Amino acid sequence: MLSATIWVPLIGAVLLAAWRDASPRGLRIAAVLIASIPLVLLVVAWVRFDAAADAPLFQLVEELRWISTLGVAWRLGVDGIALAVASVSALVFVAAVAYPPPNSASDEGRLRHYYAWLLFLDGISLGVFLALDLLLFYVFFDLSLVGMYFLIGRFGHGEDARRAALKFFIYTLGGSLAMLLGIIGLVLATDPLTFDMRTLIAAQPLSGGGTYAGLVLLGLILGLGIKTPIVPFHTWLPPAHVDAPGPASAILAGVLLKMGTYGLVRLPFSMLRETFAHYALPLAIVAVVSIVYGALVAWGQTNLKRRIAYTSVNHMGYVVLGIAAAAGLSGQASARAVALTGATFEMVAHALITGALFLIAGAFWQRGGEYELRAYGGLARRAPRLTGLTVLAAFASLGLPGLAGFVAEFQVFAGAFAVYPWLAAIALLGILITAALFLQMLQLLFFGELPARWSGFADLGWSETLVLCGLLLLVVVLGVYPGWALTVIGATATRLVAG
Amino acid sequence: MPLARLVPELAVLLAAIVVILSASLLPRRQQGFCALLAALGLVVAAAAAGLQLGWPAALGFSGTWAIDRVTVWAKLIILGGTLLVLLMSPEWLRRDPRHGEYYAVLLFATVGALMMAGAADTMELVIGVLLSSTTGYTLAAYHRGDDLSVEAGMKFFLVGALANALLLIGVVWLFGLAGSTEYAVIKEAVGSGQPDTAWLVAATFVVIGLCFKLGAVPAHTWMPDAAQGAPVPAAGYLTVVPKVGAAVALARLGQVLGGELAGWSGLIATLAVLSMTLGNLAALRQTDVRRLLGWSSVSQSGYLLVAVAMIGRSGQALPALIVFLAGYAAANLAAFAVVARLRGRADLQDYRGLARARPWSMLVLTIALLSLLGIPPLVGFAGKLLLMLAAVDGGLSWLAVAVVLNSVISLFYYARVIGPMYFEPPPPRVAVLGPWAQTAMLLAGALTVGLGFGVDGLLRGLAGAVLLP
Repeated sequence: MLSATIWVPLIGAVLLAAWRDASPRGLRIAAVLIASIPLVLLVVAWVRFDAAADAPLFQLVEELRWISTLGVAWRLGVDGIALAVASVSALVFVAAVAYPPPNSASDEGRLRHYYAWLLFLDGISLGVFLALDLLLFYVFFDLSLVGMYFLIGRFGHGEDARRAALKFFIYTLGGSLAMLLGIIGLVLATDPLTFDMRTLIAAQPLSGGGTYAGLVLLGLILGLGIKTPIVPFHTWLPPAHVDAPGPASAILAGVLLKMGTYGLVRLPFSMLRETFAHYALPLAIVAVVSIVYGALVAWGQTNLKRRIAYTSVNHMGYVVLGIAAAAGLSGQASARAVALTGATFEMVAHALITGALFLIAGAFWQRGGEYELRAYGGLARRAPRLTGLTVLAAFASLGLPGLAGFVAEFQVFAGAFAVYPWLAAIALLGILITAALFLQMLQLLFFGELPARWSGFADLGWSETLVLCGLLLLVVVLGVYPGWALTVIGATATRLVAG
Repeated sequence: MPLARLVPELAVLLAAIVVILSASLLPRRQQGFCALLAALGLVVAAAAAGLQLGWPAALGFSGTWAIDRVTVWAKLIILGGTLLVLLMSPEWLRRDPRHGEYYAVLLFATVGALMMAGAADTMELVIGVLLSSTTGYTLAAYHRGDDLSVEAGMKFFLVGALANALLLIGVVWLFGLAGSTEYAVIKEAVGSGQPDTAWLVAATFVVIGLCFKLGAVPAHTWMPDAAQGAPVPAAGYLTVVPKVGAAVALARLGQVLGGELAGWSGLIATLAVLSMTLGNLAALRQTDVRRLLGWSSVSQSGYLLVAVAMIGRSGQALPALIVFLAGYAAANLAAFAVVARLRGRADLQDYRGLARARPWSMLVLTIALLSLLGIPPLVGFAGKLLLMLAAVDGGLSWLAVAVVLNSVISLFYYARVIGPMYFEPPPPRVAVLGPWAQTAMLLAGALTVGLGFGVDGLLRGLAGAVLLP
C-alpha cells in the first residue's frame, strides 16, 4: 500500500507528460485525482496504524530486494512521526495541484509538464518520508532536488528564476552529499553491511562516541541543516521562494523543508542517540539563533514572499529546538517526549499554514505581478475572501491559541523549558517579533487607502477559496481538537526518546 | 587449449583485418558494409568474453595474460562501448572517402584496450598502450580537412609520444629492479632488498604513462582537444574505451606494487584529487559542449583513480572500479551520442530551448549528465557511492570529501547545459542524423538508467572477484 502512494503519482507524472492533446481543464482534474490517491491511501494507513505501546515501532512495512550485496532494499514503513509528516505532505500536494497554475505555465505543452513535475515531486517527497532504508531515503532526498530545480527554473518568474533554481540545487546538493558521507560512515560501522533503518536504530552502531561518530554526526546535521534550513545555511531559501511560482513555493515550504527536520529525527536522533545527545546543546543554540534571526530578518522584509520565507526560517527553528531539547541529557523523559511531539506537530502545522500563506502570495502575484507590501493597501473591502483567509493564516502562523501553530509551539516550549530554560526564554522573543511582523503585514496589505491601480483587483476564485479553506480548516481542527493526532505522534515520540 | 583464452581479442583482430580488406575492395557507396563486419566481430568477441565469466581466475601464456572476472567485465565494457560507438559512426562518416578503414582503426584500438586490461606483464602492457595510442592519434585526426581535428590529433600525438616514452623508462626501471617483466615475479620482488624510493620512481613513470590513456593529470591535456576536434563518435570512443583498459591496467599495477609500497596510495590519491579538481574547474568556463565533456572526462578520471587508490585497502574497491567504469561508459557515450545525433552541435548557446524541439535527445543528454553528476538512481550514483564507500572504508575519508566537493562544483557546468535546454524558448529548426545514431543514443541512455536500477546484478557478478596477480 505504501509503495502505491509513491508509484501512483510517479506513473501519473509520466502519463500526464505524454498526454498530448489534453485540455487545461482535463489536465488539472486528472492531476488532482492522481494526487488525491496517495492522500486517501495515507488516510487508510492512519486508520490502520496501531498507536498502542506494545505495537511495533514501524508498521505497514513493505520490503523488496534491491541491491542485496550492499544490504540495500526497497523498504517502506511508518511510525507516528513519518505518518503525520507524510499525510500532511500529500495534502499540501493536493492543494498545490488543485490551485490555479501560474501564468508561466499557461500554454499547453508547458502546462502538461508543470503538472507532471508536481506529481513527480509528490511521489518522490512521499518516498522520503516513507523510506525505511537509508539509501532509499537518500535517493528520494536527492531526486526531490532535481524536481524542485526544474519547477523553479521552468515555471518561476523573471530572469532570476534560473539563478535561484541553480542556487537551490547547488546548496542542497552539497548538503545532501555531506549527508551521504555521514550515511556511509554510519553504515560502514555495521557488519554485515546494511542500510536498514530498523537495524541501525536497534544497533546504534557508533554508540562509543569519539571523533569518528562526531564527524558522522557533523555530516548528517550539515546535510539536513542546509535543507531545513538553519542559520547560517539559509541563504538559498529566500531567492528560491521569491522566484518560484506560488504552488511550488507552498511545496518547498510545506514539504521539502520538512525533509530536513524529519531527517534529523529519523537519522541522527534515532541512530546516533548518544552522540546526538552530546551535541544537542550547540544544536539548540543554533536553533534559537534561527528563531530570533529569522524573525528579525522577516520583519525587515518589504517583499511579501521574502517575509513569509524568513518566517519559515523562524518556524523551522522551533522544530529544531524541539528536536534538540528532546535529545538533551538534562531533561526528564516525559518533557523530552513532549518536545519531540511538539516538533513534529510544528512540522505539520507549518506545512499547512505556510503552504496556505505561499498559495496566497501566489494569488497576489497572479493578480498584481508584485510582491512589494507597500504597493498594496486597502484590499479588505475589494477582496473580502482573500482578506479573511490571509488573516486566519497569519494568525495561525503567529501562534494564536485555538489554531494548530499554538498547539505546536506550546509543546515545543513546554519541553524546551524543562531542558534548556534559558534558551527557551530567548526563543520566546521570536514569537513576539513574528506577531508584530504579521500584524504589520496584514495592515499594509488590507487596510488604509486602496491604490488606484488595484481598483480592478479580483477576489479569490472558487477553486482558490476551496483549497485555502481546506488547508485552514485542518489548521482550526488541529488547533481545537489536536488529541487524535497527538496520540499517534506522542506514542512514537515517547518510544524514540526512551530509546 | 590455451588459444581459447584469446578468443575475444582474436575475434576483434580478425574482424579488423577482414574490414581492411573489404574496405579496399568495396565501392565507395558500400563502405558502410564494413561497419556490419566490425559489429559482427565485436559481438563474437563479447559472446566469447561472456563465456569467460565462468572461468576460474588464472594467468596464462607464461604468466603474461590474466583472466579473472574483473578483467572480463572490463572487456565486456570495452566491447559494449565500442559497439555503441560503431552504431553512431556510419551516418557521421557517410561522406568520408576512407569510411571503411575507420572501422579497422577502431577495432585495432579496441584490441589495444583489451590488451591493456588483460596484461599481466609489463611488455604486454607496453604493446597494448602503444597500439591503443597510435590508433587513437589516427581516430582523433580522422577528418583531415578539419583544422580542429588535425590539431587534436597533433596534440594527442605530442603528449602521447612523451608519455609513452616515460612509460617505457618506467618499465625498464621495473625490470632492472625485479629482473623480470612478469607481474607475479615483480610482486614478489617489491619490498625485498631494493629501496622503496627506487620502486616508487619506477612506478611513477609507469603511472604517468597510464594516466595518458586515462586522461588524468599529469598527461590529460589531450583530452579536451580530442573531445572537441575528433569526429564525434571517435571523441566518444577516445574518452571512454581506452580509459577502461588503462584503469584496469593501473588497478592491476596497484595490486602488484600497492601492497608493499608505502607511497603508492598517496601517489594515486594525489593524482585523483588533482584530476578531478582541475577537470572540474576547467570545465566551468567552457562554451563548447564537446570540450566541456572532455574536461568533465578528466574529472571523471579523477573519481576513477579514487577506486584505484583503494585497491588492496578496501574490499569495495574492485566492485567500485567496475561499476564506476560501466556507468561512466554508458553515460559519457550517451552524451556523445546525443551530440552526434545533433550533427555535432557544439556551441552551448545552440542547446537553448532544445527540449521542446528534440525532447528525446535532450532527455538522454539530461540523464547522461545527471548520471555523470551522480544523481540517483542512475548508474553514475551507484559508481560514486561505491567509491566513496571504498574510500571511507579504506581509511582515506578525505578522498571521499574531495569527491563530494568536486561533485558540487561539477553541478555548475552540468546545469549550464541542462538548464537552458528546458528554460529557454525553442530554436526554429534542428538538423539531426539518422536512425542509427538515434538507436545508439537511446541504447546508451537506457543503459544509464537500467544499470542504475539493476546494479545488484553487476555487483553479484563481481562478488568474490579478484584481480590477478
